[in-house]
Amino acid sequence: MDYQSSELLRFTTAGSVDDGKSTLIGRMLYDSKSIFQDQMEAIEASSLRRGESEVNLALLTDGLKSEREQGITIDVAYRYFSTPKRKFIIADTPGHIQYTRNMVTGASTANVALVLVDARNGVVEQTRRHAIIASLLQIPHLVVCINKMDLVDYNEAAYETIKEDFEQFAAKLDVKDVSFIPISALKGDNVVHRSEHTSWYEGPTLMYYLENVHIASDHNFIDTRLPVQYVIRPNTDEFHDYRGYAGRIAGGVMKKGDKVMVLPSGFTSTIKKIDTIDGELEEAFPPQSVTVLLEDDIDVSRGDMIVRENNQPEVEQDLEVMVCWFNEKPLQPRGKYTIMHTTQEARCIVKEVRYRLDINSLHRDLENTQIKMNDIGRIVLRTTKPLFFDAYRKNRITGSLIFVDEGTNETVGAGMII
Amino acid sequence: MNYQLNHLRELESESIFILREVAAQFENPVLMFSGGKDSILMVHLAQKAFYPGRIPFPLLHVDTGHNFAETIAYRDALVERLGARLIVGSVQEAIDKGMVTEEKGYNASRNGLQTVALLEALEQGKYDAALGGARRDEEKARAKERFFSHRDEFGQWDPKNQRPELWNLFNGKKQFGEHFRVFPISNWTELDVWQYLAMEKVELPSLYFAHKRKVFERDGTLLADSEYIPKKPNEEVKEMMVRCRTIGDITCTGVWPSQATTLEAIIEEIATTRMTERGGRTDDKRSETSMEDRKKTGYF
Repeated sequence: MDYQSSELLRFTTAGSVDDGKSTLIGRMLYDSKSIFQDQMEAIEASSLRRGESEVNLALLTDGLKSEREQGITIDVAYRYFSTPKRKFIIADTPGHIQYTRNMVTGASTANVALVLVDARNGVVEQTRRHAIIASLLQIPHLVVCINKMDLVDYNEAAYETIKEDFEQFAAKLDVKDVSFIPISALKGDNVVHRSEHTSWYEGPTLMYYLENVHIASDHNFIDTRLPVQYVIRPNTDEFHDYRGYAGRIAGGVMKKGDKVMVLPSGFTSTIKKIDTIDGELEEAFPPQSVTVLLEDDIDVSRGDMIVRENNQPEVEQDLEVMVCWFNEKPLQPRGKYTIMHTTQEARCIVKEVRYRLDINSLHRDLENTQIKMNDIGRIVLRTTKPLFFDAYRKNRITGSLIFVDEGTNETVGAGMII
Repeated sequence: MNYQLNHLRELESESIFILREVAAQFENPVLMFSGGKDSILMVHLAQKAFYPGRIPFPLLHVDTGHNFAETIAYRDALVERLGARLIVGSVQEAIDKGMVTEEKGYNASRNGLQTVALLEALEQGKYDAALGGARRDEEKARAKERFFSHRDEFGQWDPKNQRPELWNLFNGKKQFGEHFRVFPISNWTELDVWQYLAMEKVELPSLYFAHKRKVFERDGTLLADSEYIPKKPNEEVKEMMVRCRTIGDITCTGVWPSQATTLEAIIEEIATTRMTERGGRTDDKRSETSMEDRKKTGYF
């Protein structure tokens, strides 16, 4: 069965209606035959009722009543489609309203970011904003879709100018893999089918790119990290002394017989077994959810981390963090928050705001350092107990955390450890 | 060695992570079980998540009383095999107690009444997390749903004020009296579910496979002939080969003409179909935002 070899790719799109983002998503869904007849009929009927002359593909993604009323996207919407090679999850984020909060959310799990540029307007503020967020969130692959090529007569020079502009700007960012594709979402050029109008372009179509981009190395397979999520103790006659440490591997490859260390206790042991209902595994890797058994009877509980003795994460109470703020109430200097990090929880105090980042210009504002909703900044934290972490650049799972307001329980911010 | 999971194993791993997170973060979770394929998948994943231990929460079935007989038979056999605890929230009881009023007329359904029976059952059991098998690809309001979805003390969903969810970090903190709905299979599509159930050789209720059944047509949807659905004079009952794509209350679950008698044939059929699975659900067709309206007041 071929579906058993198909991989999962998550990508995020960002942009406003004017960029043709909805048209692009509509085009990919339509050309991969992922829009169903009843969905199409339903949006045709709604478009007609609204007095719109064409079928409004945005209605596919704008599901909430208030979104339909206002004609805007409020929240991240998840869309799904698949081709014989891959299954795709699109985190479709709105371009204007609460862009930082939504883009950061969509970007946190993405393998690929699609940034749309209108070929007539070139690189604009919004393009830069999206690229900066993709870089901050360390999305491994970035694709700049230069859209509406039909409106510039498929002119190679227009494409080249935008490409050079973007490359010049991206040199200041931490992005590893950038590709450029000239497309017309409306006419379908280079989206699924190769365009007849861009003979000067030798790269892949967008769909070919998404189906083939190398994502196998997007996880960290070097630094072994298993945050213990749950301890399985059946207490039955058959499994009397069973103690399994359940969790999702955040990094490295774990093998039976590996010498390991448990943090924070520092006790060492050997992996006796990697257990699943379908039998033992010889080895396990990210992002597998597994149950690990150790040779020695040592105390391990939720929030602990199993690592290799010769490859340990940082263990610190003082952290430097890039924070994205989500709440109407600004980040409080000297404020106390609960933080959730891997399977651990701690409290923290904000010791200092180093700067606020202007995400249009990358300027570091040292004067006006209030971090308000949708702002990004660099802060210093002190936690009530040591965290076991890696720099976010090294591991997106062990390097990320969220801030929870102690009064309202809301998730008020997201942090990436430097 | 190729360190790359296929998409089904990656989805499985994500769902197991969520199930374990619920067991770790909540005191008294419950798994909502309808007897449909999505809740069967949920039970299968929960077995994997806690093996060799038992599933650390009971199953809750909100029973409208208008079931396909096959659903109840399957449910009881499953509960027996798992050694799980089953709780039944009864819509009939809610009607008898006068908590809700039954709809009347040809399109009467107890679907909407389930919300009251569900909230009543959650309150009685003091459950602080209810695990559901809803998927984001099913319906447009569900596309905006979080994995951990916060509900206030009235069980209400506020779609405009949802907590952002990033990375692997799920915030299940709440005030006393509030609860969470948790959806571990949010990222699965209908096709993923079928492919996975086939790969794992999971046993399913016979209703999902093509069988001969007495049916009649109403508003373009085929419905099973049942004592619970009054027929209009012009509605003619005929016997056809059909199967269910979703299983809910018998009064609002459409059946589809099909010859698919094996899982492989079902996968083939879904891969080429041009209608969504909820296209046969008359409860969704009541208005453009009927799912969102029901969810806001506490529906699944």
